Amino acid sequence: MKRDKLIRNLATFLSLLVIFGFLKWANSYTSPYIIQILNITAIYIILSTSYNLVNGVTGQFSLGPNAFMAVGAYTASLLTMSPAEKELTFIIQPIISPLGKISLPFLPSLLIAGVVTSIFAFLIAFPVFRVRGDYLAIVTLGFGEIIRVFATNAVSITNGSLGLKGINQYTNLWWSWGWAIFTVFCLIGLVESSYGRAMKAIREDETAAQAMGINTFRYKMFAFIISAFFQGIGGGLLAHLLTTIDPKLFSFLFTFNLLIMIVAGGLGSMTGSIIGAIIFAWGFELLRWFEEPHQIGDMFIPAIPGMRMVIFSLLLIIIMLFFRRGITGRWEFSWDWALNRFGRRIKFRDIN
Amino acid sequence: MSHILKIQDLTVRFHALEALSSLDMEVEPGSIRGLIGPNGAGKTTVFNVISGFIRPSKGTISFNGKEIANLKPYKITSLGVARTFQNIKLFGDLSVIENVMIGFHLSYNTLFWKPLLGLIGFTKIENEVYERARWLLDRTGLLNFIDEKASSLPYGLQRRLEIARALATGPKLLLLDESAAGMNPTEKEDLMKFIEKLRDKLALTILLIEHDMHVVMEICDRITVLDYGEKIAEGSPKEIRNNQRVIEAYLGETRVIES
Repeated sequence: MKRDKLIRNLATFLSLLVIFGFLKWANSYTSPYIIQILNITAIYIILSTSYNLVNGVTGQFSLGPNAFMAVGAYTASLLTMSPAEKELTFIIQPIISPLGKISLPFLPSLLIAGVVTSIFAFLIAFPVFRVRGDYLAIVTLGFGEIIRVFATNAVSITNGSLGLKGINQYTNLWWSWGWAIFTVFCLIGLVESSYGRAMKAIREDETAAQAMGINTFRYKMFAFIISAFFQGIGGGLLAHLLTTIDPKLFSFLFTFNLLIMIVAGGLGSMTGSIIGAIIFAWGFELLRWFEEPHQIGDMFIPAIPGMRMVIFSLLLIIIMLFFRRGITGRWEFSWDWALNRFGRRIKFRDIN
Repeated sequence: MSHILKIQDLTVRFHALEALSSLDMEVEPGSIRGLIGPNGAGKTTVFNVISGFIRPSKGTISFNGKEIANLKPYKITSLGVARTFQNIKLFGDLSVIENVMIGFHLSYNTLFWKPLLGLIGFTKIENEVYERARWLLDRTGLLNFIDEKASSLPYGLQRRLEIARALATGPKLLLLDESAAGMNPTEKEDLMKFIEKLRDKLALTILLIEHDMHVVMEICDRITVLDYGEKIAEGSPKEIRNNQRVIEAYLGETRVIES
C-alpha cells in the first residue's frame, strides 16, 4: 500500500517534470505559432475539464460555459488594464469609476475573475436547477445569451461591441499550463472524493441519490460553482493570450466547441476531456494541410478554404460511430492501470 | 407505548384521484410490519410520503416524535429512514462498492476544500469508507461482486445491493419495497433470514411491501392491508389470514393466502 502510493506520487512527479521540460524546450526552440497552440491547448484543458464536472460527472446538461468565460475574461481584463489603456479603449463612453482607476497584477485579477464568475454561477444556480434535462440546457443557454447581450450593450463597462483592446499579453506557457495542471489536480481530487461520488450519484439516479441523504440541489450548485471558477480563470487566461476580446468571441459557438471536446473525449471522464481538448486544439491546426494547394504526382489540388471543417466533422462522426461513449468512455487514467500494463509487459518478455 | 412511526390522517390526492385516504398507522420500534394490498392500493404511495418524495395533502407523520411530513427526502434519510425502490434504482454505471460508499455519504461529509486540494487525512477517510462498505458487502453476501458494475448484477443481487446501500445510510427505520420480487424460493428464504437478522442484530424497525404472502405471513409481526387507498385491516398474520374483508379484496388470490 505505502509503496504503491510512493510509486504513484513519484510517477506523478516525474511526469510533471517531463511536461515542465517539454514546455521549457518548446518555449525556447519552437515558433511562436506552436507556443500559441500550446497555450490554447492548456486553456482548452481548463475549460473542458471544468465543463465536464457539470455535464459529465454531475450529469447536468449545461450550455452556459460561454457566459462563465465571458464574465471571467471581462473581469480579469478590466482589472489588469492600465488606466491609460482604458482611456484609450473606451472611446464611445468613458468607463465607469472606480473601474477606470483600478489596475491589478495578473494573478489577483485572475483569482478575482474566478470568484466573480463563481458568484455569477451561484446566483443563476437558483433558477437553473429548478429544472432538469433539456429544460436546464435551455435555461443555461438563455443566461449565455443574456451575458453576451449585456457585454454588447453595457458600453461603459465592457466597451460594447468594440470589445477590449490592448490587454497585456500576460499569458505564457507557465501561466496557462500551471493553471491547467492545477485545475486537473483539483478536479480529479474532487471527483474521487465523497463529493465526486455524490455528484455521480445524482447523474445516475437523482431520486436514489436523495434517498441516500444527498442534498442534490447543494451538490449540483457546488459542481456549478467550482466549474464556473475554473471557466472564469480560463476566460481570463484566454483574454490575456489573445489581447483583445469582444462579445462575439463568447458566442454559443464556444460552448458548442467545448461540448464537442467533452463528448468526443468521453463524457464523465477527466482523461477524456483532456484528450478531447488536445485533439480539438491540434486537430484544427494540423488539418490546415487540407486547405493548402497540393501537387500530388500529375494532379494539382487547388486550395480549398474551409476544407478542414469538413474533414474535422467527418472525424467527429467517425469517433462517435466507433466510440459511442467518446474516446475513453468513462474510463479514467490512473498510475495503477499504467503500472499494471507495464508490469504485464515485463512479465511477458521474461517468459519469452 | 412509544411508536417509532406514527401516521395520522394521512391523505394524498393526485388531482381528482385520492391515492390515500385518511390513513392512520402506528409502528412499534423493533418490529417488522407488512404492508399489503392489491395493485394500486397505495402501498408505494405510503413509502413515497414517508420518505419525502411525495408531499401529503393532509395529515401528519411523526418519526421518533419528530414531524417529517413536509421535509425533503435527504433530510428524512439523515433522520434515519432508508428505503429501497420497487423499480430498482441503483447507480447503474458505478461499481457495487461505489454504490454502498455513496450510502455512507451522511457519515463522511468532509469539507469540500479537503478533497479539492488533496490534503492529508482525506485518503484516510476514503479508506475508512471503503472498509466499511466492504464490511457491509461481506455481510450482505455481495463481496464477490465488489468491482462489478451495479447494472450488470443479476436481478436478485441488485435487490440485495439496494438493501446494502440503504443500510449504509445508518437507518433506524427501513422501508423495503417488494424486495423479494423476482427472487427464487431459495433467495427468498435467504432474504427472510436476512431481514430477521437485521431486526435482531441492528434493532431496526422494518416496514415492507410484499406480494409474496408466504414471506409476509412468515416474518411480519403485524400486517396492515390497504385497498383503494384505505386501510381495511390491521393485525397479526393470523388475524389477517382470516379477515373477511381482506379475502374479498384479494378475491382470486384467496388461495395464496390460505396456503
